[in-house]
Amino acid sequence: MDKRLERILPRVQKPARYVGGEFNAIMKDKSKVDTRVAFCFPDTYEIGMSNLGMRILYGVMNNIEGVWCERCFAPWGDMEQEMRNANIPLYALESFDPIKDFDIIAFSIGYEMAFPAMVDMLDLAGVPLHASERTALTPLVVAGGTAMYNCEPIADFIDLALIGEGEEMDVELIELHRQARREGWSKHEFLVCAAQIPGVYVPSLYDVAYNDDGTVKSITANEGAPKVVLKRIMRDMDKAYYPTKTIVPSTEIVQDRVSLELFRGCIRGCRFCQAGYVYRPVRNRSEELLRGYAVEAVEDSGYQDMTLSSLSTSDYPHLVELCDDLEDFCAQRHVTLALPSLRADNFSMALMERLQKGRKTGLTFAPEAGTQRLRDAINKNLTEEDLLESCRRAFAGGYSAVKLYFMLGLPTETDEDVLGIADIAAHVMHAWRESALNKTRGVRITVSTSWFVPKPHTAFQWEPQIPIEEYERRVKLLREAMNTKSVTYNWHPSPTSFMEAVISCGDRRLGKVIETAWRKGETLSAWEDYFDLSRWMEAFEECGLDPHFYANRRRSEDEILPWSMISCGVAPGYLKREHALSYEGVTTPDCRTHCNACGANCLVGGKCDV
Amino acid sequence: MSKLRLVFVKEHQASYISHLDVMRTFQRVFPRAGLSIKHSNGFHPHPILSIVLPLPVGQSSDCEILDFESVEDSTDEGVAEALNTGMPAGLRVLDCYSVTRPVREMVNLRAQLEMEYDNGVPEGACEHIREFFTQEEIFVEKRTKYKGMTELNIAPLIRSLTLTEGEGVILADAVVAAQDPGLNPALIGAAVARHLPEIAPDFVRVRRKEVYDAEMNVFR
Repeated sequence: MDKRLERILPRVQKPARYVGGEFNAIMKDKSKVDTRVAFCFPDTYEIGMSNLGMRILYGVMNNIEGVWCERCFAPWGDMEQEMRNANIPLYALESFDPIKDFDIIAFSIGYEMAFPAMVDMLDLAGVPLHASERTALTPLVVAGGTAMYNCEPIADFIDLALIGEGEEMDVELIELHRQARREGWSKHEFLVCAAQIPGVYVPSLYDVAYNDDGTVKSITANEGAPKVVLKRIMRDMDKAYYPTKTIVPSTEIVQDRVSLELFRGCIRGCRFCQAGYVYRPVRNRSEELLRGYAVEAVEDSGYQDMTLSSLSTSDYPHLVELCDDLEDFCAQRHVTLALPSLRADNFSMALMERLQKGRKTGLTFAPEAGTQRLRDAINKNLTEEDLLESCRRAFAGGYSAVKLYFMLGLPTETDEDVLGIADIAAHVMHAWRESALNKTRGVRITVSTSWFVPKPHTAFQWEPQIPIEEYERRVKLLREAMNTKSVTYNWHPSPTSFMEAVISCGDRRLGKVIETAWRKGETLSAWEDYFDLSRWMEAFEECGLDPHFYANRRRSEDEILPWSMISCGVAPGYLKREHALSYEGVTTPDCRTHCNACGANCLVGGKCDV
Repeated sequence: MSKLRLVFVKEHQASYISHLDVMRTFQRVFPRAGLSIKHSNGFHPHPILSIVLPLPVGQSSDCEILDFESVEDSTDEGVAEALNTGMPAGLRVLDCYSVTRPVREMVNLRAQLEMEYDNGVPEGACEHIREFFTQEEIFVEKRTKYKGMTELNIAPLIRSLTLTEGEGVILADAVVAAQDPGLNPALIGAAVARHLPEIAPDFVRVRRKEVYDAEMNVFR
């Protein structure tokens, strides 16, 4: 370890997150390695190490002969300051080598608000920020993750983006880069060639022209780059790598447990949900394989918690069977099985009660909207009766806390819908009075609202976010209507959600805004501690751009959207259809009940969900 | 069921793992090695283990002691080897044996301090420090449990202090009280920095070397 590092570590909070050395961290002999990859996550160690995608790709890349993939996370503010003062460039956790000397710097970005942290990490590494300033083949700066479905705001900084699931694409890219280095290609030659790898988007090969009103006039693909980059997926989840031997952090992280990935995609089709669209189609892992992975992962890691993860766990067709099969193993090894993302229906409750055994703490449901009309408009497909029945069962079973998540500002929302949230809270309270096992313990009902953020590639991508004053009015309206005792109301502060809407729906011109905001001090903007709206507003002002143009404008369905060169496989016509249906209040059945022909099945070359 | 004790080394990267995180790490190391250890009862059963003298974050140690109960009858054989296959870098079990002595008999500990001077050890610094520690009252600021600061006289807690000068470093071999109350050996460095600012070291590295009973026999 660097002596300078040894000097600063005693002064920073939680130094264990900056030193690596965890169980199962992969160490390699540098003399037997010809490709060094710095796998960077633009958020803290605790968040990044909780990311399953990061763990999967770390394993996949390190399984390639001659490749050493190491991890790198954003330091917390105190550590960053110490590193800058001591002139320690950003280093990888396995070797402590500066990442600027690596062949590939690969970011995994799941959230737009992490863009400033990415810029900050490049700077801390001592790597020129702009792709155009980096003329050599190394280090190549690439980015993947869900935020890449609109990576235009960081187009200036990255050499290329990887769209979709990386298991195969990353390997192809590494091999091509290896060939390019061996044969002495120029960076440009390499990028032109890389653009031919399905799923790879090279921003510098696309020209974007704008109309006078600021909307996109045209997007032109050059030098043979595809007009539309279609995301990559693993067609067969039974052939997709699952990391059973995974790093066990020596310090507590957010998801400190085995995370068993049951399936990808979601059958539900909630119209606001980006994950629901971009992870299509649904692909299940076989139950037998999962059982084996679970046992192996628990035995190898020593974890005593396991979570069955997916976008909507109760939609896994073999869930009961899997839980049955794992029950004895878990009991014997003191392993707790957790099922997040359950839907509020009876089936889930029965399972939940069985798994939770003695631990009856709290339950969380996400009805998202206060009235049936609005739930239909967003295609949530949940009735209030389902929710109340689940709550009754929960209270009768001894639970005494329920959390309810809603969104404010959804398209078509009226005051009636807002007040409907308070009604639901009151009805849940009533359900508790009716069915609570032990009333002396009291009940805690927590209602949380977030602010709707329109996301690219969803049925609501054309929708504006309501103005901040209107959001605050609705919060106030709801707060005043929330007069039921034992109900706590939390609402998400508005500035972050506003900027999230701006950047989510942003175009290439936002690159300079992000850079300006970063120079003013924005780094870990996903954290309240580090987010300051005034810095962003100043940055927009200085760059001559209007944030409201991005967040609060209704887009025409004929408009060329800044992210229209990227496709998640869902046909644009399908999104328009869903958009229209939401205004008619007509629901779309889940894809298991009825295929709605979204187009994503083209990615598996036939029927999905098999 | 038998009470077992581990002696382990904590160094390099692992010296930055906090006490609670070391506990958490061991809670996973046991099942990883296929060893069943006793769990608490109740709704949230967790493995029962205890580390006798928590080591301050950033310090290394050759002699950390951890007590646990195995579910099977006295099987100390092979435990150290089994555990070492699943350890993070810098943690290494040296020995595992049945507990014979209660931890309260651990009274003293020996630590080595490396007081580094980037521009070389100042003339006479070693002698100066030696003399300074012959005083009967040496106060340092110490953080209390409730986030406040308090003044602590560390002189009575230092059993012996031997200083030797090396290249750019003064090595201090300190035997101090281990518990009730114990002394964090790093405070010896802090006392120098506070009271002899002109010869304050640039960095102090601390390593716990050995633990003893009241008669200075090695405690195991």
